[in-house]
Amino acid sequence: MVRIFGILAGLFFAVAVMWSFVVGAINFAGEGMPHSVERSFYKHPKELSLASDGVFGNFDKQQLQRGFQVYKEVCSACHSMRLVAFRDLREIGYNEAEVKAIAKGFQVPGVDPNTGEVNTRPGLATDYFPKPFANDIAARAANNNAVPPDLSRMTKARDDGPAYVYSLLTGYQTQPAALLKQYPDAKTPTGLHYNPYFPNLNLAMTPPLTSDGQVTFGDGTKSTVSQMAKDVAAFLVWTAEPKLAKRNQTGWPVLLFLVVLTGLAYMAYQNVWRDKKH
Amino acid sequence: MSFPWANHYQPKAPLMRWLDEKLPLPRFVYNAVGAGYPVPRNLNYFWNFGVLAGFMLVVQILTGVILAMHYAANAGVAFDSTEHIMRDVNWGWLIRYGHANGASMFFVVVYIHIFRGLYFSSYKAPREMIWLLGVVIYLLMMATGFMGYVLPWGQMSFWGAKVITGLFSAIPLVGEPLQQWLLGGFSPDNAALNRFFSLHFLLPFVIAGVIILHIWALHIPGSSNPTGVEIKSESDTVPFHPYYTSKDGFGLGVFLILFAFMVFFAPNWLGHPDNYIPANPLSTPAHIVPEWYYWPFYAILRSFTSDFFFVPAKLMGVLAMFGAILLLFFLPWLDTSPVRSGKYRPLFRKFFWFGLIPTVLILGYCGGSPAEEPYVLVAQLATAYYFLHFLVILPIVSSIERPEPMPYSITEAVLGRDDKAVLAPGSSGGSSGAFGSAHPVPAA
Repeated sequence: MVRIFGILAGLFFAVAVMWSFVVGAINFAGEGMPHSVERSFYKHPKELSLASDGVFGNFDKQQLQRGFQVYKEVCSACHSMRLVAFRDLREIGYNEAEVKAIAKGFQVPGVDPNTGEVNTRPGLATDYFPKPFANDIAARAANNNAVPPDLSRMTKARDDGPAYVYSLLTGYQTQPAALLKQYPDAKTPTGLHYNPYFPNLNLAMTPPLTSDGQVTFGDGTKSTVSQMAKDVAAFLVWTAEPKLAKRNQTGWPVLLFLVVLTGLAYMAYQNVWRDKKH
Repeated sequence: MSFPWANHYQPKAPLMRWLDEKLPLPRFVYNAVGAGYPVPRNLNYFWNFGVLAGFMLVVQILTGVILAMHYAANAGVAFDSTEHIMRDVNWGWLIRYGHANGASMFFVVVYIHIFRGLYFSSYKAPREMIWLLGVVIYLLMMATGFMGYVLPWGQMSFWGAKVITGLFSAIPLVGEPLQQWLLGGFSPDNAALNRFFSLHFLLPFVIAGVIILHIWALHIPGSSNPTGVEIKSESDTVPFHPYYTSKDGFGLGVFLILFAFMVFFAPNWLGHPDNYIPANPLSTPAHIVPEWYYWPFYAILRSFTSDFFFVPAKLMGVLAMFGAILLLFFLPWLDTSPVRSGKYRPLFRKFFWFGLIPTVLILGYCGGSPAEEPYVLVAQLATAYYFLHFLVILPIVSSIERPEPMPYSITEAVLGRDDKAVLAPGSSGGSSGAFGSAHPVPAA
């Protein structure tokens, strides 16, 4: 009885799904592979190698400091960094006095201790990076109706994150003539910018890194656009995963311990079973 | 319940004798996973995965309880509280990555455990109840995993919750009110997040309870083994301790190396980047995909793209998705072959390796891909095979197949000969082991 019912149920589901298959196959034969301007012109991120890559990955603190400088002088005009506090900058090699000085350079929301009125005050090491816009509406109004995303976790929130950031920053170009020929309706709207590394190809962010030497690096590194993009990508890896280096450094002793433990367990196993064929 | 030759617990220390009189817990452990439990001597490494699954449940409960100390189940702060765990809690990143990857490893282990059961037909009499309880555990795990994925309140958490609870809205008449009742609103929000957290905390303990029943049911007939021939005599078995504690200990070490590698060097490999974006009801992700362990069932759900007579496509998909899991409950009665092990079932084996395994892998791949061609068409063929395999092919194969000769006993399978071998009545050669009812003799 179970088998008869089972065979009937099995045939029911199989026939129902094959009906969907036939309908789908007819549509597919009529329309062919799905195609769109994004499919034809989207580019996967460029190759990018950073010190933090791989199982031995560690942070290059010099690079992180350069990246921080790019964030501070360029990105922070529009992008918040709400999960990172000034005190965290100790981890990328700034000393206590430097952290205090950096914090002081930012105005953070405060309350007047005498009147209770909302105002701003110079930042302290314990403060988090302040937001550039009061709210999303203000952010939209200033950015062609797009809210600049928070950058705290950007490299973890995109596929191939660091390379994505690097490619996006260096990938602005004029719309290819082939694209307009094939898809005349796909002209980049006014106020947006063509960038093949962005999933829908048109980005509200104005090209932020436009010329070599835009930022003067404290360590004397030549600040080409590519260098600045790379450094800020490295910095965003740190903001997204500040414990990355510690994680890699902890992983190796743990693995070594487990390999030794497993070796001992194997010997114990062989010893216990030595005269038992199995 | 055990075999007559099982070792008996004999406490020597006065304290242990005293304890044995008042509360015989050490005796219970001794008989359950100690020297008092005789186990087939020929178990291969696939029999290690039950222990590994139990280990992973303990890991998940321990890491989960610690995470719950730092997590805040409120839609306003849930996302930031997980980031707080990652950044500010001492070793919080290790606990959270351990828990997130632990869920994946738990499912890896359980899938291997289930497919072991399928290949060696561990679901057959006298072990039907173990199988049924196992399917219950699997269902509970899926519910727990789903609700856990909602807790970080990222984009995939939110939209996953929306899609999965949306399945209930496909039920005629009561669907919409049912979905709203489950969510406590029209869309996932604080009410849903709070109840998911509460249930996510509760269900692992329910799973632990069902695991106790699962192991209890296992100890009545005893463990199955790769030949599928039941235990006949003492030479077929070894005591669980130290033989399988040592073998499982080695397996556990190998597993831990893999687990540690994932946690320390590839913690986000199985995750989805969109879940690092805070939940936003106004922005739908380009592709909503669940965690990898649901992909085969997600593919089945999406395979039903056309209404079938009077059944809407969405309802068909939901029925098929739940049916694909629920049919596992009926396996002991769908597969009527008296032979258990796939090793001696030539036809069954072909359908298993060249039918079922590729089908499930293809379904998994399509389920993780965008809902567009050619993935949907391929998934539809695989879905059809999935249902035919369990519900049509398996009953037919088990009635027409001619099994290959089997050893008389486990001892013969291991040593090449068994001096105690006798011809079973009405059979030819020494290949009739599993045909008779080879239940072990219960001890008094």
